[in-house]
Order: sequence, then C-alpha cells, then structure tokens
Amino acid sequence: MGSTITEKILAKAAGKETVKAGQLVDAEIDVIMCHDVTTPPAISMLEDKKIDTVFDTEKIVVTPDHFQPAKDIQSAALHKRLDKWARKHNIRYYYKIGQAGVCHALLPEQGHIRPGEVIVGGDSHTCTYGAFGAFSTGIGSTDLAAAIATGKLWFKVPESMKFVLNGSLGKGVYSKDVILEAIRLIGTDGALYKAMEFTGPALADMSMEARMTITNMAIEAGGKNGIMGFDDITKEYLDGRLKGKTDYEVFESDADAEYCRTIEIDCSKLEPMVAMPHLPSNGVPISKCAGKDMDQAYIGSCTNGRIEDLRIAADILKGKKVAIRTLIVPATPTIWKMAKDEGLFDIFYDAGCVISAPTCGACLGGFMGVLAEGEKCVSTTNRNFVGRMGHPKSEVYLTSPATAAASAIEGKLADPRSYL
Amino acid sequence: MAKAHKYDRDHINTDEIIPARYLNTDDEQELAKHCMEDLDAEFVKKCQAGDIIVAGEDFGCGSSREHAVWAIRGANVSTVIAKSFARIFYRNAIDNGFYIIETPDVDKISDGDEIEVDFENGLIKNVTSGKDINFEPLPDFAREIINNGGLLEHIKKATTD
Repeated sequence: MGSTITEKILAKAAGKETVKAGQLVDAEIDVIMCHDVTTPPAISMLEDKKIDTVFDTEKIVVTPDHFQPAKDIQSAALHKRLDKWARKHNIRYYYKIGQAGVCHALLPEQGHIRPGEVIVGGDSHTCTYGAFGAFSTGIGSTDLAAAIATGKLWFKVPESMKFVLNGSLGKGVYSKDVILEAIRLIGTDGALYKAMEFTGPALADMSMEARMTITNMAIEAGGKNGIMGFDDITKEYLDGRLKGKTDYEVFESDADAEYCRTIEIDCSKLEPMVAMPHLPSNGVPISKCAGKDMDQAYIGSCTNGRIEDLRIAADILKGKKVAIRTLIVPATPTIWKMAKDEGLFDIFYDAGCVISAPTCGACLGGFMGVLAEGEKCVSTTNRNFVGRMGHPKSEVYLTSPATAAASAIEGKLADPRSYL
Repeated sequence: MAKAHKYDRDHINTDEIIPARYLNTDDEQELAKHCMEDLDAEFVKKCQAGDIIVAGEDFGCGSSREHAVWAIRGANVSTVIAKSFARIFYRNAIDNGFYIIETPDVDKISDGDEIEVDFENGLIKNVTSGKDINFEPLPDFAREIINNGGLLEHIKKATTD
C-alpha cells in the first residue's frame, strides 16, 4: 500500500521512512506563522513559564493582520506586545504595518511557503498553504508557544479524503464555487480530523491564487489540512520568489495510496454558489437564491482578497455603480499597489466602493465594515456563522468575488454571468 | 454535583463561544464575561462554578482561537460533554489541561440535570435521571498532558526530567 502526500510529508518531518493514518508523530516544523490575535497570548505563556526562547529566528514569520491598523486601545496593546517580542528575538521576517498584510495572502506572496514542508500558524485558515504541496494546519496559542520554543509539535497523521475536480469551470464560475460545493457535499464536519486532497483536470487550469481559495476553506469542512500536488503552475509561482531557503522537496501521492473517501465534482456543471447563513455548508446555486436583498458587499480576506480576485470584481464593476455599501479590501500592500497601478482603484472609486488598507477587518466582525442588527452582507470571506461579521442577528452570504460584485451592483444576490 | 447546560445543537462554533469582537484581549476573566454570548446571552448569569456544557456534534468548530477554551474555563465551567469536537478546539483544550468528554450518549442528559463526572473511570452519573453514561477516557498521552497541567508544563517537565 502506498502513501498519500500528507503521509509522506509528515514522515519526512518526523524522520521516519513511512507513517500511516492514525499514527502519532513528533514533527519538525519548517515555518511558523504568527499574527496579532493568537501570538501575544503565546508570548505571555512563554514568559510566564520562563521558556521565552525562539527555536529559529528565520523560521518564524510575523505579521499583524486581524485588527491592524489598531482598531482600539486594547488591540494596540496586542500589537505592542507582538512588536516588542519580535524585536527582542530579532525575528528575521517581521512584517510591520506598511508591509503587513492578511497572513495567508502575505506568506505565499512574500516567498515563505515551500512545497514538502510542515507549516503551522496560530490561525485556522493556515490550511491555505497546502495549495503548494505543503502540510499546513492551524493551531491555538499553546501549540504556537510550544512550536516557537521547540520547533516541534505532535500530530496524529490524518486519513485522507480525495476530491477529484473533473471538467472545467464555466464562465462566471470560480474556485470559490468549487470549494463551496465541496463543503455542501460533505458538511462542516465532513472532513473532521482529515486531510482534504484536491486533484483533477479542473485544478490544472487554476492559478495559485485560485487554488489557495480552495485549500483556505478546508477548515470549513473540519479538515486538518487541505493539500494539492505540485505542477508547472506551482513552480512558476515559486521561481524567484522564495526567501531564505530556495530549495524544496516535492512529494506526490502514490497511485495505490489509501483514501477513506473519494468525491468527484464535475466542475463543468457548477453554477455560481452562495453559502446561505449560518453555515459554510449551506450552499445553493445562484439560480435558486438570486434577488435576495443585501445591505453590504465585502470583497477581501484570506479567501478572496488577492489580485486575481480584485481583477475579477473590477471587470464586473467597470462603468457600473454599486447599489449598496461595497468594501474592497486588498489583502496585502503589494496587492494594494498592483490594484492601484492597474487602474482597479479608479474602477472601484467610480463605482462608489470604499477601498480599505490590508486587514482581516470585518471578515471576523472586527472593524472596517461590521454589520448592524438585521443587516445582510454578500461576502467573499470564509465563514457565515452567527455574529461573524457583526450583530448576532446579521447575516453573511458567502460567494465568489464575481458574485459579490454583481450583487453589489444590483443590491441583491445576483448572477455574475449576466455581467461577463 | 454540577448542573448541565444543554444546547441541543451541532456545530456550536467559536464565534458563538467567544465572538471575535472581544478578541482584542486575552484576559481570561474578561473573555469569560462574554462566554457563549451570541448563542445564549444569559449563559454567564446562570452558570455556577463547576457547571457543565452539553452539546451535539462538532463543538468548537471554526477559528483556532484558544480564547474559546479560556472563556469557557474562565466562566468556571468544569468540562464540556459533546458528541464530537472540532479538531483545533479539542487540541486547545488538552493543551490547556482542560478535560473534555466525547460521547455519543449526550441524549441521556437534559438541560438542568444534575450530573457527576468520574474522569478517571470514564463515568458520567446523571443524578437527576438515574441514567449513567460510560465514556472512553482521553488517550494516555492527552491525559499525561492534562495531568502535567497543560502542554507547556508538560514540555518543561520533559526537558528537565
């Protein structure tokens, strides 16, 4: 019996020939992602326990993002703690405001994600990096503290579920629609504790940006990690971009690797999807929900705040006016500048959108666009739980950037295909 | 003896356990004031020291915020009993030395029942209904972490032993 890509990466990290699903392993960590919400508590724990050490100053990447720029005095204090710690330990890759961005857009863009490595981060959407053929998973503050101090963590090797993405995406249908369909099929705990491995011909047509949207939402099905194989598109994205260590090892699943379940999705048959409140698994095709009134549109986040997403939205908004409050949140300063240089900001401005600095902001109900009681938001983010973007009685409808842009123009859920 | 606060629902998520608008602090007592706020605004008022939260499948899904465990512990909840837990919440609980119980038999507990938990022997005694529930205790390595007072104490112990 062969091994999956996830098993192979964990075996290498644990210094073993092979490992199998269910086995507990101690794995060496290659990259640790630290942000402003979960890292300050980890720092305090390390200080309290008098083990305030850093295992490797070059393997930790720090960026404030959730509440940056500081939204209030308390979040400013979190940033201050993070800043003091990063300076004290001479963390090599510390992105301060001006360079800081939404972590899961920033780390790949800045060349910190390499195939075949083990990456952890104090954020559930750390599974994003699996798009590069890495094992990547989210952890809490205590695990983060342990990883920072020791460079190791224990893992139970997950079983793998295989998602075969067949066919090709039609006009107006994007990778976001694919992952919303996958989560609809298996539910928000359908991949609990499992690796979600994506493969198939539809993937070959997707950019790294589009692929990251898929692995980003593995956690919304309960997955431990999302993962994809390496190909020319991965290589092209990485060439000339990697910081520090530029070599990497590529792993792929064996033909006889074991999967607990295989799910086939015919991407040619997909429509634009909308995940209705209050679960990411409540996906319905746009044809069944178009026309529902919205109060706000939000285009951004670690799921869909990359340059390709902004280009897709701008393409639809060009020459149009939005009917509802519409927020554009480029995920990193580089994306912000690209959007400006490409003239996308003019399109957004002319359409009546507001453009924000890079931040996680309102995706998690932090600031920069939170919702009042009863308000509805069409959003390119990843979660639509009760109270996620504001008042517990507000509602979030998850879509692709194209669907969010079309809905912004009409002020109600709308099919982007009529704008393309 | 502890009182059960039962939420007969699956997928109770971290945004309901501790809304992100309160994540600008990591002070446990401050977080505890808002524990379960978006699910049950009365929870903190009615929860007495040692009480127990009872829920369905996939408890704690969503964010990796350990603040969810701290808010629950800070509200003096002694354990959470659920049909299943989301992976990161489960791990965070063990890391914090906070014992949680996974059992398919949560239907044998009703809201307001008085219950006693024997963690060592894997037994929940429902004093109100008289129905007992046997549960699989946590795996040995997890109990070792909990008994050492959480992951960091566990690591410290391992490095000084």
